[in-house]
Amino acid sequence: MPTDSAIDPAIAAPVSRPPLDKETIYRHTVVVRITHWVNVIVVSLLLMSGMQIFNAHPRLYWGEYGADADKPWLEMTALKPDSDHPTGVLRVAGAQVTTTGVLGVSKGADGQPAQRGFPRWATLPSVQDLATGRRWHFFLAWLLVANGLIYLLFGAFNGHFRRDLTPTGDQIRPRSILASIVDHIRLKHPVGEEAKRYNILQKFAYLAVVFVILPAMVLSGLTMSPGFDAVAPWLLSLFGGRQSARTIHFITANLIVLFVIVHVVEVFIAGVGNEIRSMITGRYAIRTEPHR
Amino acid sequence: MRRPSVSRRGLIGAGAAGMGGLLLAGCDRLSNSPSFQTFIGSGEDLTFGAQRLLLAGQPLAREYSISQLSPTFKSNGTSMPGGDAYRALLDRAFANYHLAVEGLVARPARFSLADLKAMPARTQITRHDCVEGWSAIGQWTGVPLGHLLRTVGVAPAARFVVLHCADDLENSTDGSGQYYESIDLFDAFHPQTLLAYAMNGKPLVPAHGAPLRLRVERQLGYKQAKYIMRLELVDRVDKIKGGKGGYWEDRGYEWYAGI
Repeated sequence: MPTDSAIDPAIAAPVSRPPLDKETIYRHTVVVRITHWVNVIVVSLLLMSGMQIFNAHPRLYWGEYGADADKPWLEMTALKPDSDHPTGVLRVAGAQVTTTGVLGVSKGADGQPAQRGFPRWATLPSVQDLATGRRWHFFLAWLLVANGLIYLLFGAFNGHFRRDLTPTGDQIRPRSILASIVDHIRLKHPVGEEAKRYNILQKFAYLAVVFVILPAMVLSGLTMSPGFDAVAPWLLSLFGGRQSARTIHFITANLIVLFVIVHVVEVFIAGVGNEIRSMITGRYAIRTEPHR
Repeated sequence: MRRPSVSRRGLIGAGAAGMGGLLLAGCDRLSNSPSFQTFIGSGEDLTFGAQRLLLAGQPLAREYSISQLSPTFKSNGTSMPGGDAYRALLDRAFANYHLAVEGLVARPARFSLADLKAMPARTQITRHDCVEGWSAIGQWTGVPLGHLLRTVGVAPAARFVVLHCADDLENSTDGSGQYYESIDLFDAFHPQTLLAYAMNGKPLVPAHGAPLRLRVERQLGYKQAKYIMRLELVDRVDKIKGGKGGYWEDRGYEWYAGI
């Protein structure tokens, strides 16, 4: 029978009779599975509506203020915007890259090149509509916070964080960390007992997303609210101003995209069927012998 | 045992791409549905309720120092109202300007710019946050709206202050593009809510709303109505123009702009 033991190798119970070279453990509790898939949808749509909002002013600044006359550190814009062939560019800290078709200039609804930050296939809604983008974004933000609180409460009280995410003593030795880095570079995944727990880089990645990136995302988002700033002016000091908070909101969104890319690549390397099944049914197959 | 991992992987990949496409198309269709807009708008209602709860003690928006002023304060929306009436006021440096205060008030009144400047004034350096994402810091001097409202006496039934403006963003002939805004009494009586007549120590210029503009510091830029000609106290806003309480509200933006 599956138990709520998640992935602790000491108490993970085999499910039914495993084939000789395989055993199945109960890896993900139902709360982890549900909050995971809710997050897949909510975070995807938050990113898309976020790009819609960004497009209303595709420039980023540091400090309290920043508008057209001020110097941005990042900008998506068009060169010769009124010509037949405008050039889309991304400028970051003085460097300029041509990004026509994707950033700065991309096809509008009429198929003609139009000036816009992110392209229409990436934004929600696809047409330029700040009011609707904001409505989506704030609706989804409430869902993200509710979903996140459920996950955090569960993780804290059920032992998920302590048992599954906290690095163990043997994992945080420099030699083990180095070995894990080498394994990742060689795309080698642990088998047997070692596969029953998360590896150290995996734990670091999850801890960073859960306890640093997502909280920074939510707090920097709230700092952009003039109403919330009156409630918690310390947020402005924490992030170094409203425009810095907008910048950090953008950077953390990029870090989440980076995490998702690595996460999905790792899922494919580790075995996509097994990984997806474990996040749907909770059951995860472990090879008990080294794979040839 | 042969595991069909490749075809399954392909299937999942194709499925994910297909789902992605459907999701995009689906979200666009949902975005166009008024009832779905209302549904996701429930998030905005939640935000309004939560912020009002947290703002119950009427905390102040952060005030900045002179050294933090934006070198250039961006002028957005109208920078020079059209029409002869405004031109005539501007030509005489607003000497014949009057702010009308009417509706649900005990003593409807008209105030000249000199009358307003003779009232107790407040000066504050605050941040202006546009819904588009940019910010600018400016210094504002004006009469607290709360003081003016106490002068005319707010009728018990009044709930909103509607600000009627001189600018027509769509240059409409029927007045349908005339700018207007509304705030409720909770914000109207906040100590930082001003009818400002000076910016950065000088009389307001047309680009920033001369002769009189609103500062309601805990909300976004589109609430900061410029070129205010008339204040109207009402019990509800749904019978005015588009019915949503403001020019941008009638064009899809939220009435509460605290986020």
